Amino acid sequence: MKFTKTLLTLAIATLASSAALADIKVGVSLALTGPGSGLGIPMQKQLSLFPKTVGGEKVELIILDDASDPGKAAANARRFVTEDKVDVIFGSCLTPTSSAITPIAFEAKTAQISGAPTPPQGEKESIVFRLPQGFDVMSHAVVEHMKKNGVKTVGFLGYADGYGQGWLANMGPLMEKAGMKMVEAERFARTDTSVTPQALKLTAANPDAILVVASGSGAAMPQLALAERGYKGKIYQTHAAATPDLMRIGGKTVEGTFVVSGPALLGDQLADNHPSKKQALNFVANFEKAFGANSRNQFAGHSYDFQITMEKVIPMALKKAKPGTAEFRAAMRDSLETMGRTVFAHGVMNWTAKDHDGYTMETGVMTKVVDGKFKVE
Amino acid sequence: MDFSIASILMLDGVTNGAIYALLGLATVLVFTVTRIIFIPQGEFVAYGALTLAMLQTGKVPGTVWLLFILAVVAALMEGVARWRHNGQFGSALRAAFKTLVFPVLVAGLAIWAAPQQLPMGIQAVLSVAIVTAFGPLVYRVAYQSLESATPLVLLIVSVGVHFAMTGLGLLFFGAEGFRNPSFWDQRFPLGPVTVSGQMVIIFAVSLALIVMLWLYFERSLRGKALRATAVNRTGARLMGISSHSAGQLTFLLAALIGALSGLLIGPTTTVYYDSGFLIGLKGFVAAVIGGLASYPGALLGALFVGIVEAFGAFWASAFKEVIVFTLILPVLLARSLRGGHSDEDH
Repeated sequence: MKFTKTLLTLAIATLASSAALADIKVGVSLALTGPGSGLGIPMQKQLSLFPKTVGGEKVELIILDDASDPGKAAANARRFVTEDKVDVIFGSCLTPTSSAITPIAFEAKTAQISGAPTPPQGEKESIVFRLPQGFDVMSHAVVEHMKKNGVKTVGFLGYADGYGQGWLANMGPLMEKAGMKMVEAERFARTDTSVTPQALKLTAANPDAILVVASGSGAAMPQLALAERGYKGKIYQTHAAATPDLMRIGGKTVEGTFVVSGPALLGDQLADNHPSKKQALNFVANFEKAFGANSRNQFAGHSYDFQITMEKVIPMALKKAKPGTAEFRAAMRDSLETMGRTVFAHGVMNWTAKDHDGYTMETGVMTKVVDGKFKVE
Repeated sequence: MDFSIASILMLDGVTNGAIYALLGLATVLVFTVTRIIFIPQGEFVAYGALTLAMLQTGKVPGTVWLLFILAVVAALMEGVARWRHNGQFGSALRAAFKTLVFPVLVAGLAIWAAPQQLPMGIQAVLSVAIVTAFGPLVYRVAYQSLESATPLVLLIVSVGVHFAMTGLGLLFFGAEGFRNPSFWDQRFPLGPVTVSGQMVIIFAVSLALIVMLWLYFERSLRGKALRATAVNRTGARLMGISSHSAGQLTFLLAALIGALSGLLIGPTTTVYYDSGFLIGLKGFVAAVIGGLASYPGALLGALFVGIVEAFGAFWASAFKEVIVFTLILPVLLARSLRGGHSDEDH
């Protein structure tokens, strides 16, 4: 069913791309297949709820699958800027694929809104705007929480890829400042048949807390292995694990786990004065209306934030130029930098010429798994 | 590292090794009989585990629809081939029916059983039946008409089949992983280690399967026919052993072994639609250590791979896969030095 929908959207997108000319065009490259599809598919689902018109202009999304492959993502981006002449690029959802799009967007002077955290891009930084919370923002929330709970020694069990590495690199200095020590850092892969050896080594080191860096249903496996080996300390999970899949796979074992998350999924629990409360509630309500109860997903939240961005930026750019022109593309990019404080489902965003990450340090929300649900700490 | 850590690692390694052993055996079996390097072997593992996971949720697994489609395609191919061969419509129809009957029966049964929430044992048997039915169909559709092609062509076809099966897996099961409930929750303390019921099942089933395969090849006529085909295809054909049915039978066994392995590891790890590839590849490394020809060699190779993997993950978890797959280099070197020159295609 899901696939039929995907195909339909793709077909409609392609049909539409040949029909319309003067509309605003958005090139979307997401991992709909391959290892990153757990992120790309929910993002694409939310995009199917994207409004037909923004600021009185028709908006057309051209959604292509990059198969989690940087080469394919670059080819998609190349197509967007040469063939479709899009006004803005959205994507991709993984660090490597997103980074592959940036040079092409830079060359074509077409703003890229990335659905994945990417490292600083040097001179090309001017073209890329990032939607997800960066490692620094989330690490900050984790370290603060650890400090408050008297954690002195920390173990690390993370993916042997860019996501794991990004966390490790950001946690180090923050922990040092807080007077904590990383005693052991172990890696694993999502498709591993066993993480017992890594769990064994970590339990032997017996740190006060262990940070598991993994995504979706892959996040539960290391935790089960740690429990099997009798680890009794605190376990922290990252925002990529903040999905119901953690409890679906982990069951009772993941009770009491601390999971740092963006506010998007926690609308009903946020304090009334939390700025993102309204958007978060709205996002979850619409998404679950379309895709069923408990289908909420934080990656879909980034697509929702993309929609908020477009609704704010397109009217600004329309005042300056006509869609489809180089001036309009430049106006879009400039508007992203000058749109100012914008409330997202995932926090409060304020992109400036100097800062293309934009989230404030207060964005990360620490939650605890209680009775199979995320409860804000 | 002390004794208790070493023994826990050994146990973990041997448990995974047992699964790799099964897959290694299947790889050797397929290669010797058909000269196909069967890369998609691991996909049967993922299909097996995930089909059971889908049945557990009370949904009809997508594999069932694929089974229908493949069965119809295979039956058409079979019917047309027979009709071209002897021009008799009745015989063509019979051949098509023979191909169609088992998969369609299994698929129909699955559609009926899926919403019934049957006990897990029955669902497990059903999952194995569904995935096993794929074996001969995959052979019929992808490989049979290329039977006499070189191993290189067959390898390329295998790569294609692998991608098709992984892609379909994503379509059927989605991007997220599943973990099946354990078949047996009992735990046995044994000195420094605790053996879980699931581990006991893994060892018991692996051992039983190996013994049964041995009996099959030593004692039964069909098993002997497969061995004959492995030794010399042309000679076997002259003796009236059909290479078509030998190939289909081999794939049936390979799919059966794959599906069983999937059920065995389902409760010990999270299985994704693409998990099978790496597991199958480790089975392949085990088979290569056995020279792609020796069953005991593959068995020992698999246990070796499992143990190296466990200790590698303990000492240098970031390089675990590198360590496992680098193993293949010295083995290949030793084999080529010792074995000297062999024919390109045999």
